[in-house]
Amino acid sequence: MTSTEASTGVPFTLNGEDFEADNGELLIDAAERHGVHIPRFCHHPRMKPVGMCRMCLVEVDTGRGPALQPSCMLPVTPEMKVETESEATKQAQDGVLEFLLANHPLDCPVCDKGGECPLQDNAYAYGPGESRFVEEKRHFEKPIPISDLVHLDRERCILCDRCTRFASEVAGDPLIHFIDRGSQTQVNTFPDHPFSSYFSGNTVQICPVGALTAAPYRFKARPWDLEAVESTSMIDTAGARVVLQSSQDKLVRILGVDSDAVNWSWLSDKDRFIYEANTSENRIVEPRIWSNDTHRSVRWTEATKVAARALRIDPERVAAIGGARLSLESQYAWTKLLKGVIGTDNADAQLGDGIPGALVLGVERATIAHACQPGSVIVLVGPDPKEELPTLYLRLRHAVVEDGVKLVEITPRATSLSELASVRLRATPGTVGQVVNAIVTESFDQPIGGVDGSRLRAAHRLLTSDSPVTMVFGRSNLAESARYIADAVGGIKRLREDAAFLPALRRGNVHGALEMGLTPGFLPGAVRNRRSVFGNWASTPDFEGKDTDGILRAAVAGDIDTLVLLGADPMADFPDRQLAEEALDNVGTIIAVDTFLTESSRRSDIVLPAAMFGEHDGTFLNLERRLSPIRAKVTAPGLCRPDWMIAAELSLAVGPDLGFASLDELRAEMSQVIGSLEDLDWDALASADDGPIIVPRRNWDLEFGDPAALPAVSSYGFRLVVDRKLWDEGTMIQESASLAKLAPRAELRLSPADVQLMELSNQTHVTVDQGEVSFDLPFVADPAVAPRTAWLPARLPGFDVRRLLAAGRSITNVRLRIPDHGESDHDGGSEVRHG
Amino acid sequence: MPTNDYVAHAVGYVDNEGPKIVTSRFSDPDSYTLDRYEATGGYNATRAVLQMNPADVHSQVRDAVLLGRGGAGFPAGVKWGFMPPIWPRYLVVNGDESEPGTYKDRLLMERDPHQLIEGCLITCYALGLNTCFLYVRGEMALAQERLARALNDAYAAGYVGRNMFGTDVGIDVVLTWGAGAYIVGEETALIESLEGNRGMPRLKPPFFPAAKGLYMKPTIVNNVETLANVPWIVLNGADAYKRYGSERSPGTRMLAISGHVNRPGVYEVEQGKVTFRELFYGDNYCQGIRDGNELKMFIPGGGSAPWFFPEQLDLPLEAADVGAAGSMLGSGAIVVMDETTDAVRACLRVVRFFARESCGKCTPCREGTNWEEKILQRIDDGYGRLEDIDLLLDIGSQISPGNYPTASFEAEGLEANPFPPKQTTICPLGPSSVAPITSAIRRFRHEFEEKIAASALTNGHHGDADHDEHPEEVSA
Repeated sequence: MTSTEASTGVPFTLNGEDFEADNGELLIDAAERHGVHIPRFCHHPRMKPVGMCRMCLVEVDTGRGPALQPSCMLPVTPEMKVETESEATKQAQDGVLEFLLANHPLDCPVCDKGGECPLQDNAYAYGPGESRFVEEKRHFEKPIPISDLVHLDRERCILCDRCTRFASEVAGDPLIHFIDRGSQTQVNTFPDHPFSSYFSGNTVQICPVGALTAAPYRFKARPWDLEAVESTSMIDTAGARVVLQSSQDKLVRILGVDSDAVNWSWLSDKDRFIYEANTSENRIVEPRIWSNDTHRSVRWTEATKVAARALRIDPERVAAIGGARLSLESQYAWTKLLKGVIGTDNADAQLGDGIPGALVLGVERATIAHACQPGSVIVLVGPDPKEELPTLYLRLRHAVVEDGVKLVEITPRATSLSELASVRLRATPGTVGQVVNAIVTESFDQPIGGVDGSRLRAAHRLLTSDSPVTMVFGRSNLAESARYIADAVGGIKRLREDAAFLPALRRGNVHGALEMGLTPGFLPGAVRNRRSVFGNWASTPDFEGKDTDGILRAAVAGDIDTLVLLGADPMADFPDRQLAEEALDNVGTIIAVDTFLTESSRRSDIVLPAAMFGEHDGTFLNLERRLSPIRAKVTAPGLCRPDWMIAAELSLAVGPDLGFASLDELRAEMSQVIGSLEDLDWDALASADDGPIIVPRRNWDLEFGDPAALPAVSSYGFRLVVDRKLWDEGTMIQESASLAKLAPRAELRLSPADVQLMELSNQTHVTVDQGEVSFDLPFVADPAVAPRTAWLPARLPGFDVRRLLAAGRSITNVRLRIPDHGESDHDGGSEVRHG
Repeated sequence: MPTNDYVAHAVGYVDNEGPKIVTSRFSDPDSYTLDRYEATGGYNATRAVLQMNPADVHSQVRDAVLLGRGGAGFPAGVKWGFMPPIWPRYLVVNGDESEPGTYKDRLLMERDPHQLIEGCLITCYALGLNTCFLYVRGEMALAQERLARALNDAYAAGYVGRNMFGTDVGIDVVLTWGAGAYIVGEETALIESLEGNRGMPRLKPPFFPAAKGLYMKPTIVNNVETLANVPWIVLNGADAYKRYGSERSPGTRMLAISGHVNRPGVYEVEQGKVTFRELFYGDNYCQGIRDGNELKMFIPGGGSAPWFFPEQLDLPLEAADVGAAGSMLGSGAIVVMDETTDAVRACLRVVRFFARESCGKCTPCREGTNWEEKILQRIDDGYGRLEDIDLLLDIGSQISPGNYPTASFEAEGLEANPFPPKQTTICPLGPSSVAPITSAIRRFRHEFEEKIAASALTNGHHGDADHDEHPEEVSA
């Protein structure tokens, strides 16, 4: 549609009044926009119309006499005459409603949907007050679990096709479907295939009756008792807009909000059900101090005093890890405490599994809408978005499936988007930089990194077309250095000066943390520390700090006395577990600001209880640099405090004071100090549909060196790919009762060709030998894995893959063999053939 | 030798006096073989067509006024002209014949598969397309088998596929069959099924098959009998074709007559030349009602059609006349019921069919037909209430708003509503269930009332009816 067409309205008559519709606009939407509500059940603005429920029938005259037409399927045409109140319309709508209620159970008093049920609401407005249906109603087994999270009551179902359409159209997980026909038609799963979609909770939200209910919310509250506030999900960097609902000061439900810019009302089940962790009995609710081999509860004053003592030392011996859990305001407060008051630059919000801060802060940022605009090209060099940024995945999937966006995927293993990709480059670990370089330099003569020239050429053709190019980049493999990803970004920038970038980092508000200076060398506002005056700050660090890897190494060397863990759990999250463990053992004082006793905070000398998501106000910065509000809905339990307040208290004790005593004062200072926030109307954020994008005023330029050479071929035949699954042993997931059990067991995944070559087909386990250590692991053949790579996600129950990793290795090689049968002849041998 | 003789060859077809256009080979025991087909002039039409300009082939069919034989009776030549100039485009043959009472297409596919294949080839050539899908009803095993064999033979002979008949024309015919659903006879549902989806109709507009059909490409969906006529028309010319039948409806039709007549079966009959009376009572046709009984009612065009009664017997067998009288000739399925027929039970039987075959997509059809069946079953079981009669009509009007066309109107001096009726559903399946109800209630309301008067509910013996019917269960 061109802009001229869009601006020309389509004149039509609605109940005798003349209106204009947009070109191609559906009648039901056009009427709604002009204040005429047409009842509906199956129509959903974010899905294709089906015309299934027939509730939206209205009398339409397009010149051939009035006829009943489903307004959800009918684009407005010029001079169309529409009657939504006519006798024929009323009779049709009343009829449909009576039909829908004929077999619908009258169990509203015990139905979760009662009180917010479109069928219930429409039954008041349409149809006969009393049913004429005296036959026995249709019977199905009462709610059956169709997944671990969703229950289906087929008696209540009115077969609107919303959930089934969502599953196949939006989520791409067509695991629920209509079966049988006529009045026995029902939604169900295929036998032995549960509806185990990461997005299953959306079906509950869009169900127009109480047929689909979410296990965590069932019978927990009544809609009229709920209080609600709009906020932003903090489980990943997409920043999906949500509404938090509470009853009796307890979070009981999270729903998706239709944000045009971000999540289009969809949420992942992690966004939706993670609130269960808030009420976990394992919450830390009071400050604790380690003494006499145990944690002892203390008052805030005592904890603050002890912590301040540990912080009032040589700033180079103080370090802080973490901060992605915090709001933007808290991140600023902590940066000011660490860098402006204490004077240390040793602060890193990423845990060695991210992308160097300078690269993230330095690239031209795209918006999701820019990346997904019809006809554009997206390059994915990063993790499987479905596992790490599920709401972004839905947008990318929609763009490719519906809007003709072309996807070039350069990943070490197949992702959930691979089937949709126009070009798939399966670059073995350690080669992505050189693969992109080959595309840039048009070196198509020989294969590189397992990618043959024709594919490089195809990628080149797409990337150099007239279409806008957006690169989605992130860590596709924790077992290889982030350097290669940086090389790939540099390559794309060289190829397309106009390319825009979406850094697919994973952890919550990590973009806020980087922007606020929780990364070495930077101050708030993405400006480099010039060791001069900054805002109203008393001072800035006078040395270049270390990242997490460097901090932990320094700790092992005895160079760190006080380590602050800002909601970070390096023991569980840092790719090199052994290094993390030794570091924590060697640090003098560990101060953990956390919500749960994790493996790391358990070892801390001082534990400060922080307010969780839903318990404090603040601001979120997503991967587009879009600001959106984080809102408090419930009271933080016990003595928990927002992180910024903890920073302010500590600063007061360390001295000097941070200079703000309320969120408003804090925000005022941020606007004053940070150029990109100068004109921000903080109060308007809460009511804005889509938050504003901030543009940092950088005092530096991003530079790229030559791409790193290909790693040497090792006699250890397999390169390891390690990434994250949505469901794993993460603290928040494990503290959410409904989600804790969803993590799959750890299994090594190998390409079917390798399984055949190594004659593993009648084995269940394989010995993985990393040189220093070896383990017997269960394995499966998976065509998603390229030959000679072995894929194992991190943090899955059963095996900690980090036992095979070590910080500083550019790639990780492993040798595989049949357990107890000696070495396989597959590694490094010259006789290996694939095919 | 044929290997599939497990179904007697002659079942269903009546070889009576009269012109034969599509059933000319039916009486040969090996009519379905390529040898027999070629021995009787088969594939000559295709050979001739391949020398012609496609547009001329198209205009010949248009000039012949070949009306669609699937039910709606739309001229095939005109329909073919609806395709926008977009390629690829497809021809889909609707062999999902499942209207209650219809079994003519099955015979065409079982007895003369090559004639259908030839019709497909000519149509594809005329429309400039090279892929045709033959969709055969799931239950028609013999038709599937014989079509498969015929296709294999035709491919082997070089009549179908690349370089057919030694020319540079290539047309592929793909045989496929359904999983057993009446609704797939509806063209958009058939297309859905062909695409591998659940057979549910699409909304027209926007999904008119000629513009957005199979795989969203221009698609012509034609009935088996329609295409079976094409080789004859091409071979003999439009004028020869128009010498048969009436001016409005040239050619012949295959009519499938079932029910209480002495000689039921499929007859090839000139359109518009014969009346229902001649058909039921004529010696050349059905030879009268069984046991000399009186005719009570008949369904002129399949289960979806409003019923006719003795006063409509003198209507000619022509779509327009039948339509004007408030029903339809549809796919040519005529069901005859004599005076011994229980109107309520007959109504229930037809309604049950539609209730069971509803695809479940549109609420009024899914819920309405089921409700209708339950009420009728209850009345028949002896638990009827007087208000059920009006309730049935009301439910009908919620599926098909306004006065449903019925032949009874005319008998009562009312103006007949033309077919088809209005509908709140996507396809006409739901409204089809209303036909037997309005027909039966308007004409035989007293039969409903009698049944209800005898019912347990009306007599105050709530729940006794069951016991009366099954006294042995009471004693057990």
